[in-house]
Amino acid sequence: MKGFILSLQSEFYKSRKTLGFWAAILLPLILTLLVFIGFYVKSEKMTNMPGVLLWMRFSGAILGIMGSLLLPMFVIFVAYSVNSVEHKADTWKTLFSLPIAKWSVYSAKYLYALFLVILSLGLFAFFTIGFGNLLGLLKPELKFSEYHMEVMLLQVYFKLFLSALGILSIQFLLSLLWADFLKPMGIGFVCTIAGVIMATANWEYDFWFPYASPMMALKTMMPHTKGKDNSQMVIDIFTKDVFVSIAISAIVFIAGYYIVQKKSVK
Amino acid sequence: MVIQTEGLTFNFGSQTVVKSLSLQVPEGSIYGFLGPNGAGKTTTIKLLLNLLQTQEGSIRIFDLDFQTHRKEILSQVGSLIEQPAIYAHLTGKENLLNRAILLQISENRVDEMLELVHLTQAAHKKAGNYSLGMKQRLGIALALLSDPKLLILDEPTNGLDPNGIIEIRELLKKLVSKHNKTVFISSHLLAEIERMATHVGIINNGELLFQGEIKDLESISQPLVRIEANNTVDAANLLSKSGYNVIDVNDNYLCVTYQSKEKTGQINALLNKNGYTIYSIHKVQKDLEKLFLDITQTPA
Repeated sequence: MKGFILSLQSEFYKSRKTLGFWAAILLPLILTLLVFIGFYVKSEKMTNMPGVLLWMRFSGAILGIMGSLLLPMFVIFVAYSVNSVEHKADTWKTLFSLPIAKWSVYSAKYLYALFLVILSLGLFAFFTIGFGNLLGLLKPELKFSEYHMEVMLLQVYFKLFLSALGILSIQFLLSLLWADFLKPMGIGFVCTIAGVIMATANWEYDFWFPYASPMMALKTMMPHTKGKDNSQMVIDIFTKDVFVSIAISAIVFIAGYYIVQKKSVK
Repeated sequence: MVIQTEGLTFNFGSQTVVKSLSLQVPEGSIYGFLGPNGAGKTTTIKLLLNLLQTQEGSIRIFDLDFQTHRKEILSQVGSLIEQPAIYAHLTGKENLLNRAILLQISENRVDEMLELVHLTQAAHKKAGNYSLGMKQRLGIALALLSDPKLLILDEPTNGLDPNGIIEIRELLKKLVSKHNKTVFISSHLLAEIERMATHVGIINNGELLFQGEIKDLESISQPLVRIEANNTVDAANLLSKSGYNVIDVNDNYLCVTYQSKEKTGQINALLNKNGYTIYSIHKVQKDLEKLFLDITQTPA
């Protein structure tokens, strides 16, 4: 356990100056900022909208870009970047000759990648809420203050996070095994496109394919109202595709450990 | 024995890279692991550190079995394998601090190590901008950071200038004599190993050809007298007839076995007396290739 915590500490220490870490912060910041600017400039068109609709439009603009293509690509990039630090520096051999169990080194690295995804999605929720409220302040004619969707947004991003777990485990393992950029990225990209096609085509078995999960998560969570009360929107977090994503993630993570243990360190 | 292997064999696919290797590295020694490039040195070192899975044979380090005492062994081993493993985006000091986090070592020790390898000045420079020699020194500092009992260094003087090589040599000697460490160092340069090692193992094509103390090696590695003369072939014939052991003749020079200073003088006088012009005459060590041939041709 101690070795695991030390490894995790070291992951933070060595990656705080890498693009992989900063991408997790900059991506949500830039994307929400751009949408914010768009709304700010075109605010006069939306003065008549009720608060619910404004929030839906604002968060929907961000979610639409994130969910289908950007989230899978971001996860692929994060999985690549935490492993490429070691590939580039040729440090696998030193990591695996530390007096720390291989299991600790491996799982700390995985957890760090997981943390980056959580961080990024958390910031997406945070910036969406923050910029939404800022819009309401700067342009009082936009009725952002009429409605609150903090809880719902957190649920949405939590669901997106769960749906991305399958991709993360697969890409993490691919990036760990292959030193070069093109193989994991290429496979990830092709699979993501395939996933988007499957999800949009409503193929009946699409939930088995983890790369389709983020897109499906967005489709399956379309808020619906429970009973008659319009203000109580409900999001289904634990849908079939989310369970599949979590299961695949766990299986690949454990299988990855056995592969790493048997693998020769170059 | 600090390192003891028995029948260690490793195959990459169908190619046997290490053949039935039995190393014996005693405590307090500088063990020079000598062999040409591709002889299996790095593979052996990776096997010793358990970076490659042992296929056949056994490895014991500090008389402990690796499978059951992995952490215990690795906490006492510092290693530098091939080119040093350094994060280019971090500074030299940050590289050491990162390792210090993993090994739970104080920052004081990091500064000490920087001082030791003369990188204090460059501590805050990005390691990616270091010269090859600086990287190598940082790699050595990383290996020494945990103050290990056993140091495993794979070609540590690669890329160092003569001053750097001497410094590293003196440092390793000091570690062994004053701090009772054991050093396992690989190299393809016989001269380098001869200058510091107490024990030597010679490997070629994955096979251990020789193992023993350095003085045993010296008795095999007989020096030669190399003579440049105007008519080498005739001169060689003359020396042969006079009872000298001629090893090598070509158009430019000839070599005979070195016996003593006096004998070398006599060779010089003999050739002069018979009308040969000698351009140069001096004692040379056999190079590694010849030494290998000697060792392989010696019937076991």
